[in-house]
Amino acid sequence: MALTGVDIFKLLPKTNCKKCGFPTCLAFAMKLAQRQASLDLCPDVSEEAKQKLGEASAPPVMPITLGAGDKAVKTGEETVIFRHDKRFVNPCAFALEMKDTLSEAEINKKIEDVLNSEIDRVGQKLRINAIALVNDSNDAGKFEVVAKIIATKASAVPVILCTSNPQAAEASVKLFADKKPIIYGANPENAEAMANIAKTYKATLGISAKGLDELSDLTEKIKALGVADMVIDSGARKAKEILEHNTLIRRAAIKKNFKPVGYPVITFAQREDSLLDALVATIGVAKYSSIIVLSSIEKWKNVALFTLRQNIYTDPQVPMQVEQKIYKIGEPAPDSPLLITTNFSLTYFIVSGEVENSRMPSYLAVMDCEGLSVLTAWAAGKFTAAKIAQFIKESGVENNIKHRELIIPGYVAILSGAIEDKLEGWKITVGPREANGIPAFLKSKLAAKT
Amino acid sequence: MAFVPPKETYSGKVYAVNIGTAPCEVTFGGENVLPFHAFEGTTPNRPLIAYEVQDIPPTDWPESVQKPYRDVSNDPVSWAKFCQDTLKAKAIALRLIGTHPDRENRSPEDAVKTVKDVLSAINVPLIILGSNHAEKDASILVAVADAAKDKNCIIGKAQEANYKTIAAAAMANNLKMIALSELDINLSKQLNILITQMGFDKERLITDPMCSALGYGLEYTYSVMERIRLAALAQNDATMQPPMLGDVGMYVWKIKETQASEEDVPQWGSVEERGITWEAVTATALLIAGTELLIMRHPKAVEAVEKVIEELI
Ligand code: B12
Ligand code: SF4
Repeated sequence: MALTGVDIFKLLPKTNCKKCGFPTCLAFAMKLAQRQASLDLCPDVSEEAKQKLGEASAPPVMPITLGAGDKAVKTGEETVIFRHDKRFVNPCAFALEMKDTLSEAEINKKIEDVLNSEIDRVGQKLRINAIALVNDSNDAGKFEVVAKIIATKASAVPVILCTSNPQAAEASVKLFADKKPIIYGANPENAEAMANIAKTYKATLGISAKGLDELSDLTEKIKALGVADMVIDSGARKAKEILEHNTLIRRAAIKKNFKPVGYPVITFAQREDSLLDALVATIGVAKYSSIIVLSSIEKWKNVALFTLRQNIYTDPQVPMQVEQKIYKIGEPAPDSPLLITTNFSLTYFIVSGEVENSRMPSYLAVMDCEGLSVLTAWAAGKFTAAKIAQFIKESGVENNIKHRELIIPGYVAILSGAIEDKLEGWKITVGPREANGIPAFLKSKLAAKT
Repeated sequence: MAFVPPKETYSGKVYAVNIGTAPCEVTFGGENVLPFHAFEGTTPNRPLIAYEVQDIPPTDWPESVQKPYRDVSNDPVSWAKFCQDTLKAKAIALRLIGTHPDRENRSPEDAVKTVKDVLSAINVPLIILGSNHAEKDASILVAVADAAKDKNCIIGKAQEANYKTIAAAAMANNLKMIALSELDINLSKQLNILITQMGFDKERLITDPMCSALGYGLEYTYSVMERIRLAALAQNDATMQPPMLGDVGMYVWKIKETQASEEDVPQWGSVEERGITWEAVTATALLIAGTELLIMRHPKAVEAVEKVIEELI
């Protein structure tokens, strides 16, 4: 159960020595209870208190890092049930299923697909994070052979080794020493053997249970065997069950501080129909899966799932923003066009992308509107004629260009007269409404000039 | 260690709304738990997906979603019949987009004719939508409400600027009504209150907290919907208890991801599958957030969402 501030206070030295940076032990205890401070700030805390508090103050969902190096992904550490309460912490990882019964050519193709899955969206690099090798053949030798191919050709990609056979697990986990793989497949029959392998090779153990009771038993048992790092699967496969189990697990971990399920959840979303597999994954992204295994990763599916993950995991209080300044796109000259937009990152990346597409070097004036989109900022009174005029004057852009023409978004055409009034000597031109009209717009402007 | 399921029970309940006429009437809403949480309460009705049909040909829709309707979409009646008979639509949403002053500025008489023709051609329930031009919608929706009298249709959308006229017409003709506000739980609550203060029965309302597409504000719609649903259930707030609409197709099929060719953006893959996935993922996310009524465009996206609903119930 979660400890209250007062419970924690009782375990502290009660000297009010302030070394922790808080005025009193009680103030520090309150911060600990809200998880806004960490216990090691108090140098005088007793070993006994450390142990008791350590357990209680550990995050309700344990952080687990999958893989090592640049492509490592951290999962877990979640603190809330609903995203409107507080930002979801670690975006879920997507893994591609790879059966060891596939031909070598198919395996190579899938590895290529994973390696080439990276997409840039709103300034973030997004990709398929891991490969889940599945021991479909039930043959330890075959499993190891494919594991070797992955270890050689995709050495930086985190792996999940899915097998319930300890021999197969041990033979292949060796290939990923120091790379924090997951061995998925500890069940009531093989728990001891799997726990030993995970301990020996410092791997994370994936728990494969049938139901939530069995899951809780297994994690306790495995923890007692000395394995701390786990990811959990209750056996839910149907969308209904995934939603139910994930919800109950998240509530138990966060509201009840029930440790046996305080681990990242791994969800197996594979379906024959790739689109259905994407929709089951959609449920996992929205509702608490930390790792989602997919049967295929077509590009059209990746871009949708990456975007969803980004949407669900953004901070509900702070829109993603970019810096206010005059951005150069290409190598603009004094007669290059000047366009203006707001600093909402989505808006900025869409507009700058389209200006790039036009292959016309340009200046893009990005104005701080607290991260709001053009229309929202306009409706909120942050993208007004007066503010635009002031920004343009103070930006110094007048020193870079010799013309005095500003292109504004089509949706705020209504502002053009007012801006002209406030920016003396300037001509305001209304651009297209949607950014995808920008390339044609800029080209026809150029054509009109020459 | 035994797992004690931390179940939640709520004092509130979403109203069940019934639309259409026998034998094709449909009911949605009615649950007393969060979406698809049948493990802790009752979820008596399946969410409903309506196919979108327009009064004028969908020339502004991207090619991939124009294509399935190529042979029928120059006439709203054959388009609606095609959705009902061939695509097995459970409901049709007729959008009178041609009445918009910037489009064809069609008259109330034109709109009435279209609605009457469509109503007499189909048996499944009809949702009648204006063009979202607050002023024009007031005159259009009043006229068509009369044409749809006692057909148990939904009309909309009533907004802050025009709800009085539209709600009065819906009441007079025994219709259900959609109330649209702009992505803000308080605005949505306030509009529902204003409408019910006129004597409009709150059990005949559908809340549209405003949709947005995946990648273009979906997270806002998602969270507003979750908060509305929690207010309905946990706080038993009757003004937040009408079922919610996700008007998905219209928001999805205008963004770049549903139109840019694979040639232009090779890293995004096939434009057709991308568009379908975009619509289906947006719809599924909103179902999880709490929408009970979806308006969608691409038959393959509808089919996929029906499949995932099947798995969820
Ligand atoms: C998400 C959203 C919000 C979020 C804010 C998100 C954000 N970071 O901005 C929240 C919930 C906070 C919000 C609040 C409000 N919102 Co709001 N919101 C939206 C929504 C759904 C999407 C906005 C978005 O992200 N668009 C995507 C970005 C990329 O679009 P964009 O910046 O406009 O850029 C496009 C074009 O303008 C163009 N472009 C951009 N820059 C440039 C530059 C040039 C030179 C050119 C040529 C083109 C160009 O290219 C882009 C892509 O094509 C829209 C409705 C919609 N679906 O569009 C309403 C909308 C913008 N909101 C609206 C309103 C009224 C509000 C509020 C005032 C009311 C309220 N409900 O509380 C508040 C104001 C905010 C405040 N007081 O703090 C209205 C504005 C109505 C109007 N025409 O004035 C809209 C249009 C909804 C509607 N239909 O009524 N909103
Ligand atoms: S450092 Fe420890 S003993 Fe000193 S005030 Fe802080 S909590 Fe109390």
